[in-house]
Amino acid sequence: MWEILLTRYNYVVVALLLPIGAYMMIENRNLVKKVIGMNIFQTGIFLFFITSAFREGGSPPLVGSGGEGATYVSPLPHVLILTAIVVGVSLTAVALALIVRIYTEYGTLDEVHLREVRADE
Amino acid sequence: MSELLPLLVAVPILGALVALAVGYKFDRLAWPLTFATSLAHTALATLVAVQVYSRGDPLSYAVGGFRPPFGIELVVDGLNAAIVALVALVALGVLVYARRAGPHSVAFYTGYLLLVAGLSGMSVTGDMFNLYVFLEITGLAAYALVATGDDGRSAVGALKYLLIGTVGASLFLIGVGYAFVATGTLNMADLAEKLAATGYGSTLVRASFAFVVTGLAVKTALYPLHTWQPEAYASAPDSVSALISALVSTVSAYALARVVYSVYTVDFLASVTLAREFVLVLAGVSIVAGSVLAVMQSELKRMLAYSSVSQFGLVVAAFAVANEAAVTGGLVHLVGHAVMKGGLFLAAGAIAARTGARYVEQFDGLAARAPLLSAALAVLSLSMVGVPPAVGFVGKWYIALGAIQAQSWPIAVIILLSTLLTLAYFLRLVERMYFRSAAPTETPADSPTGTGAAAVADGGEANGVTDDDRPILGRGDDAAFGGHSVSMVAVVVVAAVLAVALGPLVSVFEPLLEPTLELLLQQ
Repeated sequence: MWEILLTRYNYVVVALLLPIGAYMMIENRNLVKKVIGMNIFQTGIFLFFITSAFREGGSPPLVGSGGEGATYVSPLPHVLILTAIVVGVSLTAVALALIVRIYTEYGTLDEVHLREVRADE
Repeated sequence: MSELLPLLVAVPILGALVALAVGYKFDRLAWPLTFATSLAHTALATLVAVQVYSRGDPLSYAVGGFRPPFGIELVVDGLNAAIVALVALVALGVLVYARRAGPHSVAFYTGYLLLVAGLSGMSVTGDMFNLYVFLEITGLAAYALVATGDDGRSAVGALKYLLIGTVGASLFLIGVGYAFVATGTLNMADLAEKLAATGYGSTLVRASFAFVVTGLAVKTALYPLHTWQPEAYASAPDSVSALISALVSTVSAYALARVVYSVYTVDFLASVTLAREFVLVLAGVSIVAGSVLAVMQSELKRMLAYSSVSQFGLVVAAFAVANEAAVTGGLVHLVGHAVMKGGLFLAAGAIAARTGARYVEQFDGLAARAPLLSAALAVLSLSMVGVPPAVGFVGKWYIALGAIQAQSWPIAVIILLSTLLTLAYFLRLVERMYFRSAAPTETPADSPTGTGAAAVADGGEANGVTDDDRPILGRGDDAAFGGHSVSMVAVVVVAAVLAVALGPLVSVFEPLLEPTLELLLQQ
């Protein structure tokens, strides 16, 4: 049991990050913290992809590194995750821009309070 | 001819950049530039569709010269040629409508073209990760477009849409990750072979199917995952709700079909019966719950949004039944729904611009005040219910036929039941418009979802609302675009005519689709 946890700690962290992020998005009343939860959720997925690319004793996929007959690591997951990180950054930017507008309009970032303010409209 | 495929994505992106750069200095040029781009995009899409259907072979293009399965592949076959053409045509129609109805900001036109680019990309891509990227481009553009409304409500709707939409896309990404770990490839055609070699019993493969389908179900807005949709549609400006209701969920549903048939294949559905039942139950619940929720709504745009939940349940059910009649019906209903629902949202917007009516109880006696718009609204509603010969009937007929052929009696019964419920919520609208007289004192509600521009686009009719005192926040010079709403009404009428005319045309379309379906559905 402990051995599995210690040798596969990356997967354990992935399995922790995903529910933590999802829980923050659902349960937290603060809109900014919801966005942070979204980021944590996505980070879990990034880590999963990167972990899947790990090879014991693998060399970086560069010409000349590792020498003859070396095992090279697949560069594809890293490239994918770079793309996904860019997507994540743009999503965060749009979300924060929307939050700024919500704050100037209603003067609150608390979800419950926001619902009360909007019910009065 | 396959060199045209990347242009389908590149032209709108380039147009968006030009419109942004030029519109920054001369904001009156933004619409003509956007229109020219959209026109070019439509021409490209039509050319591609004609090519594919006349050749009968799929077109394929290797991006950047990297051959698939290592590079990204763009593919158009009989299934998505129709979707590509649909995206271009609906977008063009909505743009003509938005000329008067607004929003008139440069940001709107840029977001609009980026949305078209994302949707075209989702339709033509043959690579799973590329599909994720286009899914997010579409999502980002859609969130920004929803937020172009000038009140706080649209910002809240957009944020809710963003949070849920991101979770959906992330679930899709996890599914792609599982499939990648199982096979080491991302190309759809290559994945299909390697997944079969890995074995459909593998936990990785089954888990990846579950994540991918759930992720796309969020984007398609099936019942328990639909919560973003009513808020987003109801709070967005009218042109935007028409555009995203007609296209975003449609293309997501197409992506679901593409992934199920081209990546996991019908063999997977046949061997993992739990997967098929999962999708069928999800779709069935969505059909009933969407209709029931729609009946309960008092705001027209919210009612239309819940109606979408039900109609997409129908489409996904058709794809899960997976025989030739059902899939034909699914595709026909997908195209038909885009025309009908887009038209209904546009009609709702035009009526609100003219009379201020946004709630169902305000529709009393509307037929006397706005006869043409009421007629179009009624025709579109009845087509949605499934009155022959309209396209809504033909789609439902094929889906029901497929369900009966596949012996899925529960689905066949649910389709009939949902038709009654659809009738329930559209009939009360038609009844109010034609068989009740208007309330004596008429004070048009100051609509919370107006785009600002809606107020000046009343066509100068007797009952027109002109509250020029409304603050217009960053919408550009609206007064310059005021005047007759002829183009708005014309677009709505064209949608109504199309909804009826497309029905008989299905018999022409069906033989064109047949070779593709045979290929996709072979076991």
